[in-house]
Amino acid sequence: MVEHTYDKGEWTSITRDLRLDILEMTTRAGSGHPSSSFSAVEIVTALYFGGVMRYRSHDPHWPERDRFILSKGHAAPLLYAALSRAGYFPHSMLEKLREIDSPVQGHPVKDMLPGVESTNGSLGQGLSFGLGCVLGGRLTGKDFHAFVLMGDGECQEGQVWEAAMAASHFKANRLIGIIDYNKYQECGPIDREMALEPLRAKWEAFGWRVEEVGGHDTEAVISKLQRLRKEPEKPGLLIAHTVKGKGVSFVEADYIFHGRALSPEQAAKARKEITSCS
Amino acid sequence: MQLGKRAGLRSGKPMRDVFGEALLSLAQENPRVVVLDGDLGNSTKADMVRKAFPERYFNIGIAESNLVGIGAGLESCGLIPFLTSFSSFLLCNAYDQIRLAVAMSNANIKILGSHGGITLGKDGPTQMGIEDLALVGGMPTMVILVASDPTIMHKIVHGSAQHTGPVFIRSSRVVMPFIYPEDNCPFTIGKANVVKNGDDLTIIACGIMVASALDAASELAEEGIEARVLDLHTLRPLDKETLLRCARDTGAVVCAEEHLLHGGMGANVARLIAESHPVPMRFVGLRDTYTDSADPADLLVKYHLTSQDIILAAHQALNAKEKIS
Ligand SMILES: Cc1ncc(C[n+]2csc(CCOP(=O)(O)OP(=O)(O)O)c2C)c(N)n1
Ligand SMILES: [Mg+2]
Repeated sequence: MVEHTYDKGEWTSITRDLRLDILEMTTRAGSGHPSSSFSAVEIVTALYFGGVMRYRSHDPHWPERDRFILSKGHAAPLLYAALSRAGYFPHSMLEKLREIDSPVQGHPVKDMLPGVESTNGSLGQGLSFGLGCVLGGRLTGKDFHAFVLMGDGECQEGQVWEAAMAASHFKANRLIGIIDYNKYQECGPIDREMALEPLRAKWEAFGWRVEEVGGHDTEAVISKLQRLRKEPEKPGLLIAHTVKGKGVSFVEADYIFHGRALSPEQAAKARKEITSCS
Repeated sequence: MQLGKRAGLRSGKPMRDVFGEALLSLAQENPRVVVLDGDLGNSTKADMVRKAFPERYFNIGIAESNLVGIGAGLESCGLIPFLTSFSSFLLCNAYDQIRLAVAMSNANIKILGSHGGITLGKDGPTQMGIEDLALVGGMPTMVILVASDPTIMHKIVHGSAQHTGPVFIRSSRVVMPFIYPEDNCPFTIGKANVVKNGDDLTIIACGIMVASALDAASELAEEGIEARVLDLHTLRPLDKETLLRCARDTGAVVCAEEHLLHGGMGANVARLIAESHPVPMRFVGLRDTYTDSADPADLLVKYHLTSQDIILAAHQALNAKEKIS
């Protein structure tokens, strides 16, 4: 189990700290995807700090650990911030994002940092990897779960649906997908660019057990994920309704911020907003 | 068509049968070996493992990208996945997945690209892997092995599992003759095998072209030309030492491969030789063309991949060598 369990009161301070980490890292690097990272802060908080995932940060290759696969690899700053705050590596490493000779890569590369399970950044690939983990656990007598975080735009990739089909074929009930359903992809709103709806019905038709949740309510995310963990047969999917850029009003308001770091002036404003909201 | 007839080689077996047997014996020895199939197990013969170890065999269906990703997940649990399909389908459908999940991740995964080259014949160019070696060449961490006979195929399959890291194994569909004794042959990753001695020129070949090179060498010997023949079973890492020694000793080189000349074995050998010890070189392989579908023997003639083509190239290389000296 998690070495340190956090209580309800701490989640807001964790989500605030993660957002500040993301902001500082990407502003310092002058590039990255802060809005995509902000969007999934509560989801990742639920996984690492809400008692959903079991892991040992001092033993990153512990064979019994639950796996977290960041299939939307461009939210790497969020992953790194969470891993450092979970104790995988010193917080000061975050300053090295996107720098020469640093393991803190722009997108995650397997084993470059403790706790980074897979190489991601080309969208659509993580669910297959998570399914392979679950099948491998079955073969080696381990009962861990694999959690795969995907973007909504990412679901336009065909491989996602190959994996969806295979997961229910293999009755991979220990595979849990999470969609960060923020309704935006890079070039605009999903329903304008390449519509996904009816999203829930699609996953159900592929044989998945689907739950939906307000994706910024940490407690609700935790309870839905706990429910999916108990599913005896089907792979589970959590559709988390989120806001891209959550926590910074002017980023929330404009999808043009996708893949852009904030200027120092914008960052100062953002820092104020994030700090004051708790 | 009987490759190696001229050189007096014994007829072998269809390489896919050999691969299936080798994979089965490896799976019997090593319980960590798992096999992933893209619904071609009856063609690649990976399905020999399915019968013996159904729990370690996954037919992922006709979904190569997913196959690669699942394989990577299995590898992360300490298993040794063999990803099996035609080389064209794996590399062309799932290149990016192999790039990230296998090559960039330095994963301990083995890929069998079967039906490489043009000798699958009548099914035609959509099924052929004429660019597979160039494609895996674009993955810097990938060891690249090409099987030239049944004995070495066994060695390659077992040797790939002993090597920790990504390995690509290329096989062709045809019957390959025995170049080596049936029970044993030298095999070390990155160490090319001299299969015939000679000092007038070196023929460097891989896959089915090794047998054709030996055929060519037999004919050349009748003209009094002694060709050395190299089975370059490892394309990465290249055996720099042996390649340069051959260039130095013989002063002329012919490269022969069942692949596009662009980005294939010969191009990489040429880079190495040009850098350190340039000698006249000639190349036998596909010249910027797809082929049609036909009997493999007819295709080899039409696209200039026979022992006669190697002999022609050998004369050209020798003429160039004479002009220099
Ligand atoms: C295969 C692939 N194509 C394109 C991209 C470029 N890209 C990076 S993020 C992104 C949009 C992703 O949208 P979504 O999945 O909704 O994630 P969000 O940022 O909204 O969380 C795109 C197109 C990519 N990383 N991978
Ligand atoms: Mg989105």
